Amino acid sequence: MMSALTFAIMDAPFENARTVTAFRLMQAALQAGHDVNVFAYEGAVGLAFARQAAHPNAVHGRDVVAENHPLPRVWIAELLQWAKKNGRKLDWVNCGLCVDERGMGEAIEGVRRGSPADFWKMSVESANTLVIPTR
Amino acid sequence: MSKYLLIEASDPFTSTAVLRHVDLAVALRRSGSDVSLYLVQDGVLPCRSGADGEALHEALAAGIEVLADDFSLRERGIAATDVARGVRPAAIDLVIKRLADSWKVMFL
Repeated sequence: MMSALTFAIMDAPFENARTVTAFRLMQAALQAGHDVNVFAYEGAVGLAFARQAAHPNAVHGRDVVAENHPLPRVWIAELLQWAKKNGRKLDWVNCGLCVDERGMGEAIEGVRRGSPADFWKMSVESANTLVIPTR
Repeated sequence: MSKYLLIEASDPFTSTAVLRHVDLAVALRRSGSDVSLYLVQDGVLPCRSGADGEALHEALAAGIEVLADDFSLRERGIAATDVARGVRPAAIDLVIKRLADSWKVMFL
């Protein structure tokens, strides 16, 4: 069995291409056979917010279906489902204080609340850790 | 010997921080470490053949391996044949492999 990798992310949803890169790295790690730990800190706790909603684009005359706006909560759910189906573990932890500050307690199923102590534990138990800081 | 993989997500045309990041990479290399630079997102822009890629030239001259994320290249319409000499397109799996191989990986 391959060792786990841990990622710490900070960027809020819909703001930075780093989020897409982070998701690509998580997917690549899972597909390479690693278990993956994610510690979402600061604005990144919004990535798993359950009430994210797709929207139409009136400027371009597209309804909600045609706009097909990507939602990070859906990407996370799909990563969780892929991991479960393929016998991998994806442990996604939202920083609890960051969640409370932002009123984002409603996370999708499979995402749990934790603290920086969880990040420390994840890092100690992983083969390696990558921090993706905000800019 | 330490092995470093620095991930650069910005381009030097909009962020002067990139030049400091290359300085860091060169300093690590000159201290005897293996150093690779992985360009991603807008970080791939200076590796277009014909672009002003002075920072990359400095890195290459120092013996740093310079890699460009193939997905980011495609997103920006940069074909593999348009990539400057010395820069190698690479899939993001490379980052995972090096993490697993205990490289010190920094997202800049």
